[in-house]
Amino acid sequence: MQTSTEVGYNSKIEGDVVVTRVDAALNWFRKNSLWPMPMGLACCAIELMAAGASRFDIARFGAEVMRFSPRQSDVMIVAGTVTYKMAMAVKRIYDQMPEPKWVIAMGACASTGGMYRSYAVLQGVDRILPVDVYVAGCPPRPEALLDALIKLQNKVAKEPALANQKKAGA
Amino acid sequence: MSALEIAQQLKAKFADLVSAPVEFRGEVTLKVADAERIPEVCAVAKNELGFDYLVDITSVDNYGEDPRFTIVYELYGYGHCCHLRLKTDVSEEKSELPTVTTVWRTANWHEREIYDMMGVRFRGHPDLRRILMWEGYPYFPLRKDFPLSGKSSEVPDVAFTKTAPLEGGPFVTIAGGKDRTAREPRVRLPES
Repeated sequence: MQTSTEVGYNSKIEGDVVVTRVDAALNWFRKNSLWPMPMGLACCAIELMAAGASRFDIARFGAEVMRFSPRQSDVMIVAGTVTYKMAMAVKRIYDQMPEPKWVIAMGACASTGGMYRSYAVLQGVDRILPVDVYVAGCPPRPEALLDALIKLQNKVAKEPALANQKKAGA
Repeated sequence: MSALEIAQQLKAKFADLVSAPVEFRGEVTLKVADAERIPEVCAVAKNELGFDYLVDITSVDNYGEDPRFTIVYELYGYGHCCHLRLKTDVSEEKSELPTVTTVWRTANWHEREIYDMMGVRFRGHPDLRRILMWEGYPYFPLRKDFPLSGKSSEVPDVAFTKTAPLEGGPFVTIAGGKDRTAREPRVRLPES
């Protein structure tokens, strides 16, 4: 990704400078500090907490700041069964998150409704939100959640960040 | 004092209203003939016979029989450590019986759940509204004629429901198979 350009400075005096594109830089900042909004609804929340604890440290990936406020978070991790009663609240919280935002559907219930083929369970949170990464498992191991986070980071790295940036006043 | 003896005392106080106690595997059940008098029976059970803990109130849908609903009260006493079960029947046309919240306050939420899931109303309940589903949900989900996968509904700004895809039917174990392979969950075909 680095193109060779002539830069008029002396690295021995001014230190190392990396020449890159704005897209790559913005994506690198974003992917290494994805602050999750933990929508921990059921048992997957326990595995989410385990991923945040010291053994399966999610802080290694920059995501230890589990902001329970949607206004301050980047990625919503829907961990647990989404019932129809809760669905509207989840959508409202997602709408309150500022761009850019992503969604990880953690576990079988959030991905497809899981074992609950019933009158009260939303058959997958992708019926109300756009999901970026699905994690299989009931519950998925914390390592699986970290794998999903890494997949999301790779997805974020490829985004055209500058083109997606909304213009002021638009 | 055993549960059977206490049940017989309750029967003695009410003669015809309460059936003879039935004991099955150590559990004693009494049938109350008239659902309208259930708070009376419960008040006597609590105040005079020491059943101070209402463990549960639950309901059974006898779909196809009349009376359609059976309401079951599980009682327990911390003093004498005995359980007791009271059952009453409610027909579908009536769908109503008096509340026992005056006897045990915990009956409040149990009765709300029965109203939500079966549609049986409780007269005199301080706050009879749905507890698991939401206001405006049009069906009673645990009735036997309501499908497991649910029905579509919409209450604007509150919640919506859709039918869940069952992919061939409820996958249930088939009892009484020769071995595990025969009993494992598989598509249950209609018996016809």
